Amino acid sequence: MDKLKPTFHEGGKLAKLQSVYDGFETFLFTPNTTAKSGSHIHDNNDMKRTMSTVIVALIPCLLFAMYNTGLQHYIAIGQAGTGWFTMFIYGLLAMLPVIVVSYVVGLGIEFISAQIHHKEIQEGFLVTGILIPLIVPINTPLWMTAVATAFAVIFAKEVFGGTGMNIFNVALITRAFLFFSYPAEMSGDNAFVKLDSAFGMGSGTVVDGFSGATPLGQVATNVGPNLDGLNLDTWQAFLGTIPGSPGETSMIAILLGAAILLITGIASWRVMTSVFAGGIVMGFVAHAFATPTYPASMLDPLAQLCYGGFAFAAVFMATDPVTGARTRIGQYIYGFLIGVIAILIRVYNGGYPEGAMLAVLLMNAFAPLIDHCVVSFNIKRRQNRLKTNQQ
Amino acid sequence: MAIKKLKKGYDLKLKGGITNEAITIAPRPTECAIIPDDFEGLIPRMEKKEGEHVQAGEALYHDKTHECIVVTSPISGTVKAIVRGERRKIEKIIIEADQANEYKTFNLNDTKSALLESGLWAMLRQRPYDVVPTPEATPRDIFVTCFDSAPLAPDLTLINADKAQYLQKGVDVLKTITGGNVYLGCREGQEIELNGAETVVFKGPHPAGNAGIQVANIKPVNKGEVVWTTDVVTLARIGELFSTGKVNYDTVVAITGQQVEQPCYVKTVMGAPLSTLLEGKLCDNGKTPRIISGNVLTGYHVMADEYLRAPYRHITVIPELQKEDEFMGWASLSPKKFSVYRNFTGWLLGMNRKEMNVDARMNGGERAIVMSGEYDRMLPMDIYAEFLIKAIIAFDIDKMEQLGIYEVAPEDFALCEFADTSKLELQRIVRDGLNRLRKEMS
Repeated sequence: MDKLKPTFHEGGKLAKLQSVYDGFETFLFTPNTTAKSGSHIHDNNDMKRTMSTVIVALIPCLLFAMYNTGLQHYIAIGQAGTGWFTMFIYGLLAMLPVIVVSYVVGLGIEFISAQIHHKEIQEGFLVTGILIPLIVPINTPLWMTAVATAFAVIFAKEVFGGTGMNIFNVALITRAFLFFSYPAEMSGDNAFVKLDSAFGMGSGTVVDGFSGATPLGQVATNVGPNLDGLNLDTWQAFLGTIPGSPGETSMIAILLGAAILLITGIASWRVMTSVFAGGIVMGFVAHAFATPTYPASMLDPLAQLCYGGFAFAAVFMATDPVTGARTRIGQYIYGFLIGVIAILIRVYNGGYPEGAMLAVLLMNAFAPLIDHCVVSFNIKRRQNRLKTNQQ
Repeated sequence: MAIKKLKKGYDLKLKGGITNEAITIAPRPTECAIIPDDFEGLIPRMEKKEGEHVQAGEALYHDKTHECIVVTSPISGTVKAIVRGERRKIEKIIIEADQANEYKTFNLNDTKSALLESGLWAMLRQRPYDVVPTPEATPRDIFVTCFDSAPLAPDLTLINADKAQYLQKGVDVLKTITGGNVYLGCREGQEIELNGAETVVFKGPHPAGNAGIQVANIKPVNKGEVVWTTDVVTLARIGELFSTGKVNYDTVVAITGQQVEQPCYVKTVMGAPLSTLLEGKLCDNGKTPRIISGNVLTGYHVMADEYLRAPYRHITVIPELQKEDEFMGWASLSPKKFSVYRNFTGWLLGMNRKEMNVDARMNGGERAIVMSGEYDRMLPMDIYAEFLIKAIIAFDIDKMEQLGIYEVAPEDFALCEFADTSKLELQRIVRDGLNRLRKEMS
């Protein structure tokens, strides 16, 4: 490594790749730089460790997503009896291109941007890059994912100054971009189950009358006084063996991830629990006034939490510290409102069977306002203290 | 006696603490040095020239704006060298000791001028700005910290034990200066109760011993107010001055840290050369030592041929690097890596409760602030630290005032700086912010 160093530094042949070189060097070797001012010792936790902890927390979701992608595919082609390992391999092959595209496009832009600004490469995209394949429907054409990722990284992050400066969650902007630009591919019955083969594996014809609609999709189009006619099984939703965006289906995998995030202290438990609290409260309110006009209001409030992307958003999206509220009190408010709005959109907006994504994005926009209010109470307290002292 | 419980903060347990409480007396140093940077807020104007004779207690230099504030020599002898750095800034003044060991005697008729003249004034600090107090402002209250909660810090009760009889006099003197109270911030079990002073007991982890934290939890500073902060050792010195007419420049120093073979207390003189204090005391394990005058969080990085720096009571020696070019340290599963987060394996094995090895590595690159609430959990004050830091970086004076800049000192952010995932130089940011603000306001 040290021999290569001069080639990459100013004046060297490959000076244009300095950020990339530095990125790899710090990735491989803990830098020997020591404290110059202030505290002489520093915590071992840095951004790399923090981000990789989140990735570790996402691994249960990722593994289950691969299995479930295979499972849904083999159910669709009428071979539900296929072994779980084959299903997993199919899912792996189906998801791998998405992961590669997301990382190549996103990190590519990060590298270029870091070089332009002569900065170190920031680790933020490591997490975003794995979130994108988990929230983008599996049937999305790769070029769309690439375009959406590029759009999100450039316009939701780099223009604001990179990791730590963005207003909106980058992964969700990717999904929102797809959602509004290519609505046909993003919704409907066939978006969430991969029907064709992956790298030649798992070919077969789709069973007649197969519907890959997600439970929430089914609920949204339900007609009639109750939901009895639908194939809804909360236990399956808890396990995750239902159609949906790859990462969001399994409540168990998400809870495992949540446990990792909370035990390590990387995610805010205030945000996470208050999203669930908000969801439950709004679920009960909606359920109390259940009406066939809004079929989702007939869902059991607790089952609501298992369906769709609610739990995934609560654990991995709402807890993004950069785009969320940063004060403790603010975090309760921010989380609670995400929960409420997610269920509100889901139940009362017929156009969108799922509301978690929009709820998080909406509250991302309001997070600074919430913080501003919380901080202004602190400021007011200080001013009052001054006034009473002067009297 | 009031009791304050603080929950926020963290007690870092480091290797190299003192087990033997005996105080050994170091031989009288042949020279001492005063470093003007230790007296924040003063711009030195020399009173003595190189080669001139000084008594212990005689002024070496005075402040440019307030000529009555002086910094005095801790030993009697001759001014050996005035070392200047860039733009002729005075970096240190070295005094060569003589055999006479004469002490200057002070006229105690006027309290304020005795304090100023004796140089003890320069050892006090004021909030706002955490600088040497300006003589014209009367402090609202005076806060005396009676314990040091920093990692490996000396036990102030112990190092001050033979001066306990002067504390009451010290309080009496300070009482005449302030219109308000003199508060003693004490550790549980080491309460000091004196006539005329109010004792407040602090329970909780570091930084509970910091003056700023104690002020904020007793009676916070508001805009336009001035309070003084000092420690119990200086309080005893003030008491001694007004009892005997002389200033005692002796000091007990805790020599600690994992690179020290036998951590111990040593009695020496302020500004003593480190070489005499550390001679034969460092471990010979091939690691480059980092000598810190002070504690690991707020101390000064000094070379082995330099001198003890204010507040003259603590030296910590840690290795510069524990390991060179560590392969993928960020992914390490080693339980020896400490973090206040629980994403290293150490906490699983209970290592966080044991004493740990540290080194001076940054353990990461500087990043934008990402993690939320990180500073708040390390700062037991009613302040939104992150917002304040951002306001300081942007130098938005209104915001800084609103968010409580007048209540803080750089040292209050030391623990935040340790825990910071983004590895920002918080103490430097706060110091620069305070200095700029002070300039702007004067």
